Amino acid sequence: MSDRRPVPFRGGGFDPGPRRLLPWLVFILLIAAWQAASSARWLPPLFMPSPLAVVDAFYVLWTNGTLTQHVGASLGRIIPGWIIGTAAGLVVGLAMGIFSAARAAGLPIVSALFPIPKIALLPLLILWFGTGEPSKVATIALGVFFPTVIAAYSACDSVPRNLIRMGQSFGLPAADVVSKILLPGAMPGILAGFRISASVALLLVVAAEMIGAQYGIGAFVLAAGNLMQTDQLLAGVVMLSILGLLISWALSAVERAVLRWR
Amino acid sequence: MPLHIETVSHRYGPVEALADISLDIDDGETVVLIGPSGCGKSTLLGILGGLLQPTSGSVTLSGAPPADSLNPFTYIFQDFALLPWRNVAGNVALALEHRPLAARERGERVAAALALTGLSDFAGAFPKQLSGGMRQRVGIARALVVRPAVLLLDEPLSALDAQTRELLMEDLLAIWAREKSTRVYVTHNLEEAARLADRVVVLSRRPGRIRETLRIDVPVAERGRPEHAGLLAEVHGKLWSLIRDEAATADREVQRV
Repeated sequence: MSDRRPVPFRGGGFDPGPRRLLPWLVFILLIAAWQAASSARWLPPLFMPSPLAVVDAFYVLWTNGTLTQHVGASLGRIIPGWIIGTAAGLVVGLAMGIFSAARAAGLPIVSALFPIPKIALLPLLILWFGTGEPSKVATIALGVFFPTVIAAYSACDSVPRNLIRMGQSFGLPAADVVSKILLPGAMPGILAGFRISASVALLLVVAAEMIGAQYGIGAFVLAAGNLMQTDQLLAGVVMLSILGLLISWALSAVERAVLRWR
Repeated sequence: MPLHIETVSHRYGPVEALADISLDIDDGETVVLIGPSGCGKSTLLGILGGLLQPTSGSVTLSGAPPADSLNPFTYIFQDFALLPWRNVAGNVALALEHRPLAARERGERVAAALALTGLSDFAGAFPKQLSGGMRQRVGIARALVVRPAVLLLDEPLSALDAQTRELLMEDLLAIWAREKSTRVYVTHNLEEAARLADRVVVLSRRPGRIRETLRIDVPVAERGRPEHAGLLAEVHGKLWSLIRDEAATADREVQRV
């Protein structure tokens, strides 16, 4: 009996679980280390201002209305650009998802144009629409259009064929197959596409504003850099990060509401 | 409804799936189609319900379907084919929404189908909350709600574990005792065939041909009785002897691919 040994345990690990405080701790430690390095004058404030200086700049810019003005200008481009690009992208993408002819016609063009960095088209769009708002909105709309097309038609593809056959076997008219089976089934993929297109829109608005705009976060960040106002520059970047987080949070809320069944 | 399958053949490109299938199915009869993988039994079921067009041959129905049947040919699917974004009642109602029914009558029909399948307490549940057995009961309720003349069952119990399968077989028999429809049931499970079929049609593989038909004379309702245990075992053995060699071939072929 003395030769009995317990079975060695080999499981455990590889099991991602929540660690509630750790993310905050890492975040706080990084900021604290940055602040400590600044306070010890290891970081030259002209090139890398301290977190406190950035917060200070942010506070000043927010309270005097500068940031609001620039954010407002940026949103005034992102929102119409995203809506136009998304609406057109959904129409084309869903058509490609539903009709074989639309797919055969559209897929080569979309595949060929998708990889072009849309900001490269801004000069052309400026020639067409002038230097004002329409060229920037059009750049964003173009940038949003392609990922939306691809998300929409591949979302249609991902709807299980057997659900469509089921609908047909119960005699559902084609319009009902689309509205009751295909579209709800494609919704998760379409909403995932919105996340990508929203980040594209944010990227393009900054780029377009850096190329030529008086107002807008991109223009503000560029101007601050030219004037070596690094604290204001970083405050602008923080504003962009907050904007990105807000958009992501809003999309999550939409996903939770629309995809409650998941 | 009596159903007539006349010299039906089907090809997928160069692959011949079904060859020259002719079969008459009587009104109210339960025919089980059985055969090894690749015998085209699901293809034949798809042709029967009008989801596939046969390369040649035809399927006809004698007489007009009953007036109260909203969808004369109705499927029950192996993978249930439920819409995950609709609850149980919504999934059943899907079969009726495009039919000219008053909302009240639709509600009554759905409630009756849920009651018949023991789902009344689960009307608001979503498919992902339900076990496999309950999900297939939703599939059954959705089929019954349209009062099918011909019920087409495509391996309805294959995705379920053995105990749940046993329970659902009992449910199906209880429902069939009350519901008059003609039934074509595809399976590769010999026990289901022996328990549920009035007639078993054994198909050979690639191309699927009718190899043998076997009538089981004991009424399905009485097959659970101990004195028929020998008969069921005999049917089981006979079917297995018909299928075994081809099943082994199919098995080896799958491994080679």
